Amino acid sequence: MPIDAKTAAHVARLARIRVEEERLPALAEEFSAILGFIEQLNEVDVEGVEPMVSVSPMRLKRRPDVVTDGSMPEKILANAPDAREGFFAVPKVVE
Amino acid sequence: MGDLNRMTIAEARDALRRGEVSAVELTEACLAAIEAAGALNAVVHGTPELALEQARAADARLRAGGAPDMCGIPLGIKDLFCTRGVPSQAASFILNGFRPEYESTVTSRLFEAGAVMLGKLNMDEFAMGSSNETSTYGSAVNPWRRVDDETPLTPGGSSGGSAAAVAADLCLAATGTDTGGSIRQPAAFSGIVGLKPTYGRCSRWGIIAFASSLDQAGPMTKSVRDAAIMLAAMAGHDPKDSTSADIPVPDFEAALNGDIRGRKIGIPREYRMEGMPAEIESLWAEGRRMLRDAGAEVVDISLPHTKYALPAYYVIAPAEASSNLARYDGVRYGHRAKLGAGDGITEMYEKTRAEGFGDEVQRRVMIGTYVLSAGFYDAYYNRARKVRTLIAKDFEDAFAQGVEAILTPTTPSAAFGLGEMADADPVRMYLNDVFTVTVNLAGLPAVSVPAGLDSQGLPLGLQLIGRPWEEGALLNAAHVIETAAGFASRPSRWW
Repeated sequence: MPIDAKTAAHVARLARIRVEEERLPALAEEFSAILGFIEQLNEVDVEGVEPMVSVSPMRLKRRPDVVTDGSMPEKILANAPDAREGFFAVPKVVE
Repeated sequence: MGDLNRMTIAEARDALRRGEVSAVELTEACLAAIEAAGALNAVVHGTPELALEQARAADARLRAGGAPDMCGIPLGIKDLFCTRGVPSQAASFILNGFRPEYESTVTSRLFEAGAVMLGKLNMDEFAMGSSNETSTYGSAVNPWRRVDDETPLTPGGSSGGSAAAVAADLCLAATGTDTGGSIRQPAAFSGIVGLKPTYGRCSRWGIIAFASSLDQAGPMTKSVRDAAIMLAAMAGHDPKDSTSADIPVPDFEAALNGDIRGRKIGIPREYRMEGMPAEIESLWAEGRRMLRDAGAEVVDISLPHTKYALPAYYVIAPAEASSNLARYDGVRYGHRAKLGAGDGITEMYEKTRAEGFGDEVQRRVMIGTYVLSAGFYDAYYNRARKVRTLIAKDFEDAFAQGVEAILTPTTPSAAFGLGEMADADPVRMYLNDVFTVTVNLAGLPAVSVPAGLDSQGLPLGLQLIGRPWEEGALLNAAHVIETAAGFASRPSRWW
């Protein structure tokens, strides 16, 4: 299914990636080429086939639902582009 | 002793134990080689001080006796591994300046075994690419060149810096990661050995995630024996990665006895591709002959869904990537875009991600977002996961017939020129992974072994695919090919 510029803009917004208006038609074309390639999958008979969840048949380990780590705010904030008073700082979210 | 940096892990281990060489001498030889190899752009964050400190500690441990195999061995580490206090940015601008406060499980294990880290190695951004050209550091360059031709070639990708560094003897070995072929394709392009272990063999904890159900770390080395030694040090259960297998790690090196008599090796007819270069075809035939000469039974098999592996991969991998890469939002680490007056949090996310991610990463995140979006989830994502089940079943059926390993070419061509694919449709680049990607979808172990040179003097690799958890038997078959092929060529030094 060919993708148009409007759909490309919608996907870019969902992915939270700014794409300039004039880039959209080219992007839509790239998406269409990739999706065209992917659509070969429609040739496969998948009737009654379970979608794969995990490649190894083993059951994932469980652990008690308890706190295992913490009390290291300096380490957590060490790489933040903007941190103040023990918090991550971001532009105003609520008016 | 000259050229210490050219040693294999096995040679260095034995020399270190005999006291013929020290870890500091080995490390200094590698650091000097790195210093002189700027043109390869393989090492992107050197850690010479840390390396010498680790080497001194390794020497003390060696003197005390009973040191593990990897003690004192200088390694390069792919930039995808988080290493404490050392830049770890997955070759992406969005992680510019990121210095982890923690160490990945695989590098922790290697360091506990006494290995030395020389520095971080170049790669494609977030491991998305087959030529190392999507890196924020610029591409690594293959030490190999065509005969009488100075065109710079790709070392492959995504573990291109790892492959270039090992091939050029900047380190004894390197870590890589493989999501669709990212260890094996660069290993083939650079004339070295690259092993992707069974999914779950090595912990993924602390390795920057691309596609979590496919990603697996592995060794990139100068010999099959080295791959066996290094894998043993990287592998093992880790409570921090629930998909890491809680099963014993065998002595892989002990499995290398060269005896494959009576072993059944499968040749999948679907891998005979239209337009495959004659040289790849004849290399594959050579590989069959080598295994037969060693007493293996070579049989034709069918893996009927092979054709659909790449399209399934290009749904599943971007879908998982779009989810994994959602964390790069300019809040907790890395780059944040400069904001204009009145910009709110959405503008911060959108501008940060537009500036921070390169074109290929943006393309894959958006494709992944699309195939997971309402109305398309069943048509694309669920269908791809069903096809994945069928691809895994193809291998199970072959193994059920008694096949113990499967022989294929690693790549459909030798290394190509940097920039040669710049104007190609993205799908053409994806075709590099046509022989390798099935293995990730099925979670199997596979190894690429250098087996010959093409008419232009470039290395070509053969791939062996093994049964789950049987890396030892797989490496033993690879060892037979390595010995029979006698691949001893090295790139002539131009850098």
